Amino acid sequence: MEQVLTYLGYILIVIGAIFLFLGGLGIVRLPDIYSRLQAGTKASTLGAMSLILGVGFLNPAWLVKSLVIVIFIALSNPISSHALARGSYRHNIKPWSKEDIDAYRQYLKEEGQKEREEEAKQTENKD
Amino acid sequence: MGLSLNIIDIIVLAIISVALILDFYRFVRGPLASDRVMAADTMTVTTASLLVFLGYLFDRYIYLDIALIYAVLGFIGVIVIARYLEGGV
Amino acid sequence: MSTIITILVVIGALVLVAAAVFAVHKRDLVVATVATSVISLVLSLFYFLLQAPDVALTEAAIGVALTTIIFIVTIKNTKRFED
Repeated sequence: MEQVLTYLGYILIVIGAIFLFLGGLGIVRLPDIYSRLQAGTKASTLGAMSLILGVGFLNPAWLVKSLVIVIFIALSNPISSHALARGSYRHNIKPWSKEDIDAYRQYLKEEGQKEREEEAKQTENKD
Repeated sequence: MGLSLNIIDIIVLAIISVALILDFYRFVRGPLASDRVMAADTMTVTTASLLVFLGYLFDRYIYLDIALIYAVLGFIGVIVIARYLEGGV
Repeated sequence: MSTIITILVVIGALVLVAAAVFAVHKRDLVVATVATSVISLVLSLFYFLLQAPDVALTEAAIGVALTTIIFIVTIKNTKRFED
């Protein structure tokens, strides 16, 4: 029985550490504040809850207090994320959209259309 | 200190350290104040879980209290800053 | 002390110095307040590693909530950007 609890605890701890790392990676890589909030809050909340619960499984005398910490993290972390997203939106920060930054693709599309029209004219002249 | 770590403990500590460095990178780079506040909040949660894991490694029960303090009080500062950015405290 | 914990201490010290420089040099005072919060976080981790859990408890409770609230109320009553 203790062996099973030890294995379960280590599996939960490794999953939690990996999700904490993924939260950090999402914070670095994502393009704007709202999508960064998704990574920084959801992934970090899951990682912290899993890791603390894993410690509780490894040392069963600590299970009650680790459950209390998990419950408080699950209650308080989404509150801060929601408040921060709302404050940013009221502060007139625009969400990131693809239309703003993909001007080069649009330019390429227009160029391609011009080339196609010229080719069509040339083929008409040949005929 | 006679601290005996197996390989999984070392790997977990290394992964959490890398996560803290990534959060701090966004804290330094982030163009807006909101980005920095969010990075500091994520650092708080990551540090709380790191403190719980170190408390397990050191085998001292009282160390869980610090993580409990971070879990209970960590959101108050973020809410105050968010209300300030929104317009009224 | 094990090697990985020594590496953790070195990383924490570098983060501490970087956050302190950041708090001094930024013109935006909200950002400086958040940097102060980060400094308090790393200091609490150091007290923890130095086997002083009561000091770490006090540092966590004061640094993460009380200092931020007082600084933000002060910034609201004065102005946000330094001249």
